Amino acid sequence: MLEFVTFSLLNSLVYGMLLFLLSSGLTLIFSMMGVLNFAHASFYMIGAYVAYQVSTWVGFWPALLIAPGIVGIIGALVERYGLRKVHQYGQLAELLFTFGLAFIIEELVIMIWGRVGVDYKIPSSLEFTLFDLFDTSFPAYKAFMLVISVSIFLVLYYVLVRTRVGLIIQAALSHPEMVGALGHDVPKMFMLVFGGGSALAGVAGVIGGNALITEPAMAAQLGTIVFVVIVVGGMGSLTGALVASLLISFLQTFAIGFDYSLYDLVNAMDTWPFLSEAAGPWNDLLHVKVAQTGPVLPYLLLVLVLVVRPKGLMGVRET
Amino acid sequence: MLKIQNLHTFYGNSHILQGVDLFIKKGEIVSLLGRNGVGRSTLCKSIMGLVRATGSIYYNGTEIIGLPSHQIAHQGIGYVPEDRSIFPGLTVLQNLELGMKNVKKTGRWGLDDMFRLFPQLEERKNLQGELLSGGEQQMLAMCRTLMGNPDLMMIDEPTEGLAPRLVQEIGDFLQEIAGHGISTLLVEQKLSITLNISQRLYIMGHGKIVFEGTPQNLEDYPRIRQEWLEV
Ligand SMILES: Nc1ncnc2c1ncn2[C@@H]1O[C@H](COP(=O)(O)OP(=O)(O)OP(=O)(O)O)[C@@H](O)[C@H]1O
Ligand SMILES: [Mg+2]
Repeated sequence: MLEFVTFSLLNSLVYGMLLFLLSSGLTLIFSMMGVLNFAHASFYMIGAYVAYQVSTWVGFWPALLIAPGIVGIIGALVERYGLRKVHQYGQLAELLFTFGLAFIIEELVIMIWGRVGVDYKIPSSLEFTLFDLFDTSFPAYKAFMLVISVSIFLVLYYVLVRTRVGLIIQAALSHPEMVGALGHDVPKMFMLVFGGGSALAGVAGVIGGNALITEPAMAAQLGTIVFVVIVVGGMGSLTGALVASLLISFLQTFAIGFDYSLYDLVNAMDTWPFLSEAAGPWNDLLHVKVAQTGPVLPYLLLVLVLVVRPKGLMGVRET
Repeated sequence: MLKIQNLHTFYGNSHILQGVDLFIKKGEIVSLLGRNGVGRSTLCKSIMGLVRATGSIYYNGTEIIGLPSHQIAHQGIGYVPEDRSIFPGLTVLQNLELGMKNVKKTGRWGLDDMFRLFPQLEERKNLQGELLSGGEQQMLAMCRTLMGNPDLMMIDEPTEGLAPRLVQEIGDFLQEIAGHGISTLLVEQKLSITLNISQRLYIMGHGKIVFEGTPQNLEDYPRIRQEWLEV
C-alpha cells in the first residue's frame, strides 16, 4: 500500500506538472486576450514531432532547445498574422479560427509524418533507473521531466512577479486598454504571450511525447483534459491552473491503480448479501472497477465544479 | 496643441459622434460637459485611439487619428478613464510604475511629487489597488497617468461619486498640474468645479457640440444651461 501511494504520488506529480506546462499558457492567453485557443494542444503535438525529427538528426539535447523555439515562433506568427487579423470580427471568429487551426495542424502532421505514431524515444543517456523503492523502480526520465517542468514553473513565476514585462502582462489581464493608453505596446505583449504560451506547450511536447506517445491523436487527447484543467482551476488563474493540473492528475493516477469495484466493497462488508444477486444494469454498475472510471473522473470533476462553483477553484483574476 | 475637426464615431450602426470640432491650447483647462450618454467618454476614447473614428485629430502638428493607442500615449496624451481602471492585484507602487513609459528616463514627475500631491497614496503604497476607496483610486489613476509625462491629460468624470472635500482636492490638483504647462480636457456632467478652474468650456448634446465659450459667456445663455445641463 505504501508503495502504491508513493509511486502514484510521484507519477501524478510528473503528469500533473506536464499538464501545468500546457494549461498555464492556455489560461494566460485566455485571460489576457479573451481567446480560448482550441489549437493550444496542437502546439504540444508540434513540439513532440519537431523534437522527434530534430533528435533523429542531431540528438535529443539540441532538440530540447530547438523544438520549443520553433513552436514559439510558429505561435507568435499565428498571433501576428492570423488572430490579430481575425480579432476585429469578434470572439466567435477567433474561436472558429483556432478551431480550424487545430484541424489544419493535425492534417499537416499526418501529411508529413503519417497516420501512425512515430518512434520518438527517450534519450539513452536518461534510460536508467534512478532509484528502487520496495519492488518498484523510478525511471530517471520521469525525474528529468519533473526537473524541467518545475524549473519552468519557477522561471514563469519569477518573470510574472518580478520583471517589468511580467508587471505589464499582469496589468493587461485586467485592463488591457488602459495598459495601451499608458503607452505600452499591448499587441506586442499579446504576441509575446501567445508565442511564449505556445513554446511552453512545445516543451511539454518535447518531454512528454517520448514518455507518453507521439501520434496525430495526441493533441485531441490531451487538449480536452487541458480545457478541463483551466475551467476547474478558474479561467485566467495561474495558481488555479497549477492546483487543478495536480488535482486532476492525482485523481486519474490513483483511480487507475485502484483495482476494486463497488461490488468488492459490498462483498468485503458482507452486509447486503442480496445485492450480489441483483440483476441488470445495477449489477453491471456494481462491477465497474474504479480503474475503469479513471478517464471519466476529470469530466465528473468538471461538471461538479461548474455546478458548485462556476468560477472555478480560483476563478478570480490572477494577481 | 490639440485640434479636432469633423470627428465621427460609430458603435456598429449607431452614429455616436456626429462631427465634433474642438481645440485645446497649451496649459489650458478645457471642460467638456453634457448629460449622460451624449458621447463625452466616446470623444476621449476616440482621441486615445481606443475606438475607431473618422475625421481629423491634430496633435502638436501630427495627425494621430488611426494610430494605435500606445503610440498616441507616446505623443504625449494621457488618459484617465471614467472607471479609473486600477490594476486590482497590483500595489499602489506597481500601478504608478506602470504609468512610466520608460523606467530609464526620468520624467518631469517622480514618485515624490505624487506623494506630495496626495499623501494618502504614500501611506497605502504597498496596498493592492482593489483595496483603495473610490477617491483614492481616482487619485491613483490620475497620478499613474501623470507618471507618463503627458502634455495633455484627458480626465473623464474624476469627481463622480466623491465627497465635496475630495472634489475640492481634485480641483486643486488639476490647477497645480496646469501650472506646470499641462493642458487638460476635463469631462464632467455638471458645472460644479469646472466654472472655477476652466478657461473655456464645451457643452455636448447628442454627439454634437452645442456650446463653446468661457464660463462667463455661458452666463449670457441661460437657455443653453437649461436645455443641455440641467435635469
Ligand atoms: N461599446 C459601446 N457599444 C455600443 N454603444 C455604446 C458603447 N459605448 C457607449 N455606447 C453608447 O454611446 C453613447 C455615448 O456614450 P458615452 O459613454 O460616450 O456617453 P457619456 O457622455 O460619456 O455619458 P456617461 O458617461 O454619463 O454614460 C451612449 O448612448 C451609449 O449607450
Ligand atoms: Mg462617460
